[in-house]
Amino acid sequence: MNFEFPSLPYAYDALEPHIDKLTMEIHHTKHHRAYFDKFVAAVAGTELESKTLEEIFAGISKAPVAVRNNGGGFFNHNLFWEILSPNGGGQPTGKLAEAIAAKFGSFDEFKTRFNDAAANRFGSGWAWLSVKADNSLCVCSSPNQDNPLMDVHDCQGTPILGLDVWEHAYYLKYQNRRPDYIGAFWSLVNWEKVSENYMKALK
Amino acid sequence: MKYRLFLVAALIFAASFPDFSIAQAVKVKPAKSPAAKKADPVKSDTPATESKTTINKAPVLLPAVKTGISFWSSASSALPFPELPYEYGALEPVIDKLTVEIHYDRHHRAYYNNFMKAIADTKMASMPITEIFANIAEFPVAVRNNGGGFYNHVLYWENMSPKGGGEPTGELAEMIKKYFGSFSAFTEKFNEAAKSRFGSGWAWLSYDPLNGELFVSSTANQDNPLMQVAERKGIPLLALDVWEHAYYLKYQNKRADYVTEFWKMVNWPEVDKRLKAAVGR
Repeated sequence: MNFEFPSLPYAYDALEPHIDKLTMEIHHTKHHRAYFDKFVAAVAGTELESKTLEEIFAGISKAPVAVRNNGGGFFNHNLFWEILSPNGGGQPTGKLAEAIAAKFGSFDEFKTRFNDAAANRFGSGWAWLSVKADNSLCVCSSPNQDNPLMDVHDCQGTPILGLDVWEHAYYLKYQNRRPDYIGAFWSLVNWEKVSENYMKALK
Repeated sequence: MKYRLFLVAALIFAASFPDFSIAQAVKVKPAKSPAAKKADPVKSDTPATESKTTINKAPVLLPAVKTGISFWSSASSALPFPELPYEYGALEPVIDKLTVEIHYDRHHRAYYNNFMKAIADTKMASMPITEIFANIAEFPVAVRNNGGGFYNHVLYWENMSPKGGGEPTGELAEMIKKYFGSFSAFTEKFNEAAKSRFGSGWAWLSYDPLNGELFVSSTANQDNPLMQVAERKGIPLLALDVWEHAYYLKYQNKRADYVTEFWKMVNWPEVDKRLKAAVGR
C-alpha cells in the first residue's frame, strides 16, 4: 500500500487568524481523513492500488466515481496543506516570478485571475495554478474534488498552487464571505514550496 | 409545454381552493418581518460549534401555502423576495439561529438579487420562473444558478416548520406507501440521496406528472427537478439543502446528522398541499 495520510506540516492554529484552528482541525482530521480512508477502500484489491495518484488521475474517466471524488480529495488537500505556511505571503521570486510575469503581465494581474477563478466557482471546488504540458502557466478552477491532473479536466496540467473553495474550508470563520477568505489566503502562500512545485513540473 | 398546461390546471384548481387565494399567496412583504431586520454583521470569531442559547419568541405561523403555484406563475421580474415564515431561531435546536439568519438573509437574498439582475431587460423577465427552468439550457448560467438558488430556498424554508415532524397523512401518505413501500423506506431513500450528493446540492421528493409517480432524486449545486437539465424531471414537493452552508456551523462534516434531524422539522401539511396542487385536484 503506497498511500499515506500526511500529518499537517504545522500546528492547527498556525494559520490564525487567516484560517482558524477549529477549521484546520476538522478539515484535516475529518474531511481530508475521510477522503483518504474512502479512497484507500475504493482502490483496495483493484489494479489501481499499485498505481500512483498521477497515473490514476490520468485515467480517471474510466475509474469508479468514488476513486475520482476521494482520490481527488486526498491529493488536493495534500497539496493545499503544503503550499500554506504560517510564514507565507509576499511574492514569488526567481523563475516562477518570471513565468508569472511573462504569462499574466504582472503578479497582481495573476492574483486577479486566480481570485476570479476562486470566487466564480459555483458550489464546491478548487482554484488552481498549473503548469501545462508545454510548460506554460494556467489559472483555472474545477468542481468538487476534481483537479487538473484528471483526464476529465478542461485545462489539464500539473497543479502547483491550489485553493480549496468548498464551504467547509472557510465557513466557520467567513460564512458567506468567500472573497474575504480568498483575500486572506495570499497572506499564507508558501511561495518557496510553489516554486519547488513549479521547477518539478517543468518538462 | 406540459408544464404550462399543468400550470393552467393548477391555477384553476388553486382559485377554487378556499385557503389558497391569489391574494393570500402573494401576501409577501419585501423586508419588514422581524426575521428580515438588518442582521448584525456576522462576527468572524463566533465560536461556531457551540450552539448558542437563544430566547426564541413564539414562532409566527403563517399560512402554509404562502408561495404556491399562483405565486410562481407571475412574471419572474415581479416576484418579491418572500419573508421567512418563522423567526430565525424557530428551528432550534435542529437548525441554529445563526445558520438560518445567514442562510436566509445572505445566501438566499443574494440568489434572489442576482437572479433579478440576470433576467432584467431580457425575455425572461416576463416569463414565469417554471418556464425559465423548463428551458434553462438556453439561458445564461447565472440564471440557472441564481434562479435555482432563489426558488429552491423558498421551497426549503416553507417545507420546514417549528411545529413540523411526524409523518404525512392522507393522500400523500398513501402515495408514499405506494411508491416507496413504507414511510421509513421513503426516508431511507431520501437520506441516501441527501448523503450521497457529492459537493453542493439538494435532495428532493418530487411528483412526476407524466407517470403520476412520486420519486426521490438529488441535484447538483442549485439545480432542481423542474429544470430541463435534471436527470429526472418533476414537480418538487420536498426540498433539502445539502450545501455545507446549510449545516456547517452546527454540524460541520457530519452531514448525515443534519439529514437525520431534518425530519423533525418537515412541514407535512405544506408538502401535502404541494402534492394536491401538482396532481391538480
